[in-house]
Parts: sequence; C-alpha cells; structure tokens
Amino acid sequence: MVFTLTINGAAYAIDAEPETPLLWVLRDNIGLTGTKFGCGIAQCGVCTVHIDGRPVKSCATTAASAVGREITTIEGLSADNRHPVQRAWIEFAVPQCGYCQSGQIMAAAALLSRTSNPSNSEIDAAMAGNLCRCGTYLRIRKAIRRAAELAGSQP
Amino acid sequence: MTAMEAKLSRRTVIRTMVGAGGGMLLGFHLPGAIAAVVAPQPWTTPTDGVEINAWLTIDANGAVTVRVPHSEQGQGALTSVAMLIAEELDVPWDNVQAVFADMNRHVNYGEEYIVTTTHGSQLVRLQHPHIMQAGASARERLKAAAARAWEVARTDVVARQGILRAGGHSASYAEFATAAAGITLDEEPAIKTPDQWWLLGNPTPRVDVSVKVDGSAQYSIDTRLDGMVYAAVKCCPVPWGGLKRYDAKAIEGRNGIIAVVELQAVDGKTGAADMQNGVAVVADTWYRAKTALDLLPIEWDFGPEKDVSSDSQAAEAARLFAETGEVSNAIGGDAMGIIAAAGNVVTADYHRPYETHARMEPINATVSVTDERVDVWSPAQDQSVPLRLVADQLQRDPRDVYVHTAFIGGAFGGGGGGRTGVTRQAAEISRQVGRPVQVIWTREEDVMQDKQRPPVHTRLTAALGENGLPEAFFSRAVWFTHEGANRHGPATADYSISTMPYSVANRRHERHNVAAHIPTATHRAPGANQNGFIIEQFVDEMALAGGWDPLEWRLQMTQGIEPWQRVLLKLREVSGFTTNLPRGEGMGLAIVEDHNSICGACAKVTVSRRGQLVVEKVVLVMNSGYVINPLNSAEQLEGSVCWELSHALYGGLDLENGRFVNSNFDTYNLMRIDQMPEVEVHFALSQDGWWGGMGEPGGPPTPPAVANAIYFATGKRVRSTPIRKHDLSWS
Repeated sequence: MVFTLTINGAAYAIDAEPETPLLWVLRDNIGLTGTKFGCGIAQCGVCTVHIDGRPVKSCATTAASAVGREITTIEGLSADNRHPVQRAWIEFAVPQCGYCQSGQIMAAAALLSRTSNPSNSEIDAAMAGNLCRCGTYLRIRKAIRRAAELAGSQP
Repeated sequence: MTAMEAKLSRRTVIRTMVGAGGGMLLGFHLPGAIAAVVAPQPWTTPTDGVEINAWLTIDANGAVTVRVPHSEQGQGALTSVAMLIAEELDVPWDNVQAVFADMNRHVNYGEEYIVTTTHGSQLVRLQHPHIMQAGASARERLKAAAARAWEVARTDVVARQGILRAGGHSASYAEFATAAAGITLDEEPAIKTPDQWWLLGNPTPRVDVSVKVDGSAQYSIDTRLDGMVYAAVKCCPVPWGGLKRYDAKAIEGRNGIIAVVELQAVDGKTGAADMQNGVAVVADTWYRAKTALDLLPIEWDFGPEKDVSSDSQAAEAARLFAETGEVSNAIGGDAMGIIAAAGNVVTADYHRPYETHARMEPINATVSVTDERVDVWSPAQDQSVPLRLVADQLQRDPRDVYVHTAFIGGAFGGGGGGRTGVTRQAAEISRQVGRPVQVIWTREEDVMQDKQRPPVHTRLTAALGENGLPEAFFSRAVWFTHEGANRHGPATADYSISTMPYSVANRRHERHNVAAHIPTATHRAPGANQNGFIIEQFVDEMALAGGWDPLEWRLQMTQGIEPWQRVLLKLREVSGFTTNLPRGEGMGLAIVEDHNSICGACAKVTVSRRGQLVVEKVVLVMNSGYVINPLNSAEQLEGSVCWELSHALYGGLDLENGRFVNSNFDTYNLMRIDQMPEVEVHFALSQDGWWGGMGEPGGPPTPPAVANAIYFATGKRVRSTPIRKHDLSWS
C-alpha cells in the first residue's frame, strides 16, 4: 500500500504495510537514521519524534496514524544546530555514546514548547521515558534548564 | 551534513558518510558543524595532507588530522587520542581534527597502531606513551627539517603552536611537513612529563558532541548500502540448544521476504561462544523480516541445560560453600584455624545475579560480501576483531576485508567478545544471499543472548581481635561462567576481595569457577562491579561489630598505602560523612580499586517508614594518578554512578528453565532520570608516576556506599541485589 507522509516539511510516498511502525519507515524506507531503534515497545525513548509538535515513541506508532500530520525528526529540528536545546546540549557536552540523544533532544524540545520554564520535577516527568545507559541524566537536566534560558532570550 | 557516495567496487556503492583514513572527519575548529571529507578511495591515506607518520597528517593550511585506532563508544577516545598527539606536536587545539584509523592497513601492513582495543580503561592509562611518542616524533622531525633548511642545530629550533622558529626564521609546520616525512631521527625523543603539559589536564569538550545532537553521527546500525537487505535472527532461548525444525513455508509469499537462513553454532574459534544455532529471516526492510520471524514456527532442542535456574545455581553455591575451592590468595598463617578458635566472629553470605549490557544500540552488524572484497560495519570495541573474524568465517584473505569504524552506541565491556556472534551471522547471511546484509537483534534477543556478567555467591568470615579489628579473614566465592573458565583476567570471581588492601595479618581467599551454559563476558569494571558491593559492605559489618567508625576503620587498615589514604582523607574533607543521622536517613562509604584507580564514594539516602528509598546524593573521590581531561573524566564518573546503581537498585536477570525471564526494558529495569542522584566529583591525584583508568572505576564504590547508607537509615543489611526486591520498611 502506498501512502504519503509529511516529514520535516517534505512529502514522501511510502510503500509499506500501514501498520508498520513509523520508526522503520523513517529508517528503512526513507533513510532518516537519526531516529534510533532501542526496544520496540515504547520503553526507552530513543525513537522519539514529534507528531504535530507532540513527542511520540515512533516504534509504537503506526505509520498510517501519522498520515496528514506534521512529523518532525531530529534532522528537522534545525538546519544548523541552532535550536536552543541543541545549543544547550553542546554547551554542557551532554552526549557520551550519543545513541539515545536524538530521542532525548526531541523529548526536551517538546517539553519546552509547551512549558517554557519547567521545574525539576516537570523535567523529570517529561524525560522519564527516555533511557540513557551512559548516565548523562545530570547534564540533560542542566541543559534543559539552560535551553529554557536560551529560548527565553531569543527575539 | 549530507550523505555521500564513494565507489568501493563495481557492485557496491557505500552511502554512508566516509572520511579520509577510514571514518568521519571531525573538525574541532567548526563549532556546530563538521567538516566532511569524501575520499575517492576510502580507508586509505588521506590525500589532503602530508602523512608524518601513521598517526597524523598536516595539510597546507596547517590543519592536523589525527587518526584514532580506538573505538568511540562514549568514553571519549577520539578526544583523548587527539589531545595526546596535539600536546606533543604543539599545535593549536582548534587546528586539530580526528578520524578513525584505517583498520585494514593496521591489521595487514605492520600493526603501526600497536594497540587498537578499547577496553579495560586503558587507552590513556596504558597507551599514552606510544601515542604521545608519535606526536613528539613528528614534532622533532619538523624541527629537524627546518634546522636543515635554515642551517642551524635542531636544538635551536623551537616548535610551538604550529610555528617553527630559529634565529630570524619562522615557518608554519605545513611548510616543512613534506621534508619532515622523509626524516629519520637518530634517536626518538622522550615524551613530556606532566609539568610540561600545556593542553593535557585542561577541561576540554569532546570533539564528537555536535554530530551527536543533530542525528548525523553514524553508528553501524545506520549503515545504508545500495542493494542492502535486512535480517532478523532468533537463536535457541536456552543457549547452546539446537534447532530441530522450522517451517519456512509458513511465511512464504509475505511482502519483501527474501530468504530464510539457518545458522550453525561456531564456538571458540576467535572468542568464546561466537555464534549460536538459530534462524534468520531476510527481507527488504528489517520490520518485515522481524514480523515474519515472529510468525515462523520454530522447534528447538533445549538440550540438557533446560532445568538450570537462578534457584538451582543458588543451591549449587550453597553446596560449594562447604567445599574447599581454588586458592586465589593466601597471606600469613592459618586464617581458618584462627577463625575456628576465635570468640568474636563475623560472617555473611552475599549474592549478585546475572546482569546484561543492554547498550542502547542493539546488537547489530552489516557485511557486504563480493568476489573482490568484503566490507564490515561492527560495533566492536576492537575493530581489528571483526576484520579477522569475518576473514575466518568466509575463509577470505584479511587484506580483502575492510572494516569501517563507526560510532558505537555504548559498549561497557560487551563490545569485545559480545558482538562477535552477530558479525559472523551477517557475514554468513551476506555470503548466502549474495547481497549486503544488516543483521539487527531485537531488544529481546539482545537481552537474552548477550554475553552476560556472571552471577556470584560469596561467603565471608572474619575473626576480630581484642582491638575490634580483624586478625583473620576468609572468603569463598562461587561464580558461574561459560565453561567455568575465568576468561576475564586475574581472578575476577573474587577480585576486590582477594585483592583488598586492608592489613589483615592472616587471609585465605578461595573460589569455585563453575561451568554454566550461559555465555559470559566482561561488564564495565569486571569483578570490582559485583565484588565491591560485597567487600565494602562486609567492611562495614566488621567495623561496626568491632566498635569502629567505618571511615576510621578504613583509614586504620590502609595505613601506609598512599593512594587509598589520599582518597579517604579527601572523602572525610568533602563528604560530611557521619553515622549520626536521624532514623530514615543514612550516609554510607565505600572505596574500591579498579583498573589501577582508587575511587571512593559517599552516598546519602533517605528511606521512608514504608521502605521507599531515595538516593539523594553521591560524592565521588577519584585517584587515577593523573587526569588528562577533567571534563570528560567527570562525565565518565557521573555516568558510572548511574551504570552501577542501575544494576544494584533495579537490575538483575532471572534465570528459569535454562533461559532468561527478562527480555526488554519492561522486565530489565534501568535507572531513569527521575531516579538519578546528584553526583559531586572530586579528584585527589597522587601524581607520582602511576596511571589509573577512568571509564570504569567510578562505578564499583557506589552500590556498597548506598547499601551501607541504607543500613544506617534502617538497620537493615542488604546483601543481594537488586535492592528493589528487599523490604526496607522500618519502624
């Protein structure tokens, strides 16, 4: 079955079973490999993308359910690493192995888009679905607070 | 960053970003962006600079490209190697770039990089002399070339920050790079001493940060090749069981299915437990392969191990506690005799279960087999291993095998032996289907078929003298490894216990290495990771039974051992450790050696009356002798706290019916952000000629510090993990 998805502002014709998780359409059909596979059961968050601005675990979201909606992946967050979350991530040198960070950044960006100045407990609640085996959590917390400052100071 | 095409052969076009010298090129001088290079012939010498030696090139603008033979799995190898070279070469840090080194050249043409493995917290600790030597040699040869042109003595030439100067002469390194490449020194220069460092020792951001915040960093799972197909695999849930039959007809006609391939076990050729018996489904997308595999009827022969369980191993350990084991260390007189005659005896049994690596990048490999060449992407901690292993599996000349180093999504000790099986699978399947193949294990396969951290059961006994300090100490460890062999170096069954520094006059340490079918491998800080929890809690048990304060006991029992005293004194200074807190609150201490570093921890916890545990803060004090990058080191130490607390608080694999019950992150629980304590890192460096590791030693002291804190908060001694299974309520 062929259907159309809008990803990072571009339209893609997809030939796949409609129940295919969005993750695998992104990675295998389109080649957007910045979104990662980690567990397949929405437990680790490395596959987090935005659908209409909200964070979703793309491994447990069917591609068909995203038809007609705006999908944003890490590749579409900014063209030049200038998103406040990316700038803060660089400032605090958050990534170690880096594998989970696309998902962490997409979850953080979604949090800040709806809560401009989150408390520590709001950060923890929003980010608890994203595992990091390297243990970069402390720097993630700091970077989200910093990203909130950076976003607030933007014109 | 755009994907690039580089022709590798008539039939295979690689569409992954490649850089000269075998990997992506990271430009430090371009904040927020990365210089990417396309080489017409990847994995050969970069063409845009002069090769001074195998480790570095200098281009016409003075940009230095450092070739890194080690894997980047999050521990900072790219940054550390580049810093070591830049320190000696003396070039502005902003002019330095890093690429992964060419593994085909290394393996087949002289092993110029000496060591390519990335494990054992050893890159800086053990390899810094020869890496710095390469930088120093290049610097002196640049000076020699300038001296020859300027007709002055080499000793009169000063090389600093990329500029050569002597008398009225001045030139950039680039001007003399070609001449320097042709110079042989009569004698290689000595490397710098720490007092001469200008770059090492300064907090330096990692060079691979910006590619890891925009999705462009390429991991081996991200490899995309023209004509590539995907395979999902399933091996016998009981390791070493056999494949009886499967019904490929049941999935015939499904969209995208290309082949069903039977995999046959290969054991002990290049590493332990290389490949298990199993079945692979190959399809045009991985999800189609995986869903078809789920529907494929498979009948397994579980074999003789089908009744082994965590309980049966515990029963075996209890039996072996009564039998004499292999002596791993003995000091002084008859420890057991003294204990038998003593009045004040402390004894306890401890247990740590199987743990798995669960790196966030699931186990995977990509192999392209053609008549001309074989190309391999494998998240291995030593990239020379998949090269040799694929050549072995395919019976090919290693000179025709090209390993493309990519970033690794976590390794933690499992990327040495632990990822060899999947690389063999990919090679075998690619050979059979005649196309490039990417094999990805499901998370379930990753958890259940990984090479696990071995479980251990340990009995400890001490006889206390009149001063309350132990005068005799006995330990007997029972652990279960594949084939019973202790494959992980010296005595990891009771490492940290048999190697404890405490001045007990009479000691005897025994171990039973029991053969089990579950494949086992190293796990970040092997031995110390499980046994630190055991010995450092038992130290508190001995101290309290003898009327000693835990900190004073450790200071007393390590007198004269400078590296340990330095850490303990610093802990006393910065942690605020006290045993005098209200019920429900506790602080605990521990200190453990791992990979030559001494690391101390002080944990602060609260436990509610109903038993709800919160680890509030962990203070770490690290003595690694020296530190070349305090920023990256602090990151490693913070992460190590999370790593070991994940296992101690939440982890633990349960073995039933010969297989693991846990299969994914819903049943193998890891620490999440809302459970992460505050971590404060301090360095207390001896700086007297020895070097310790940094990637692993931060983990082992944290769990015993937390458990000791729980004891002070609740009066309950937690002698096994995961701690979440214990009732911590108090009244």
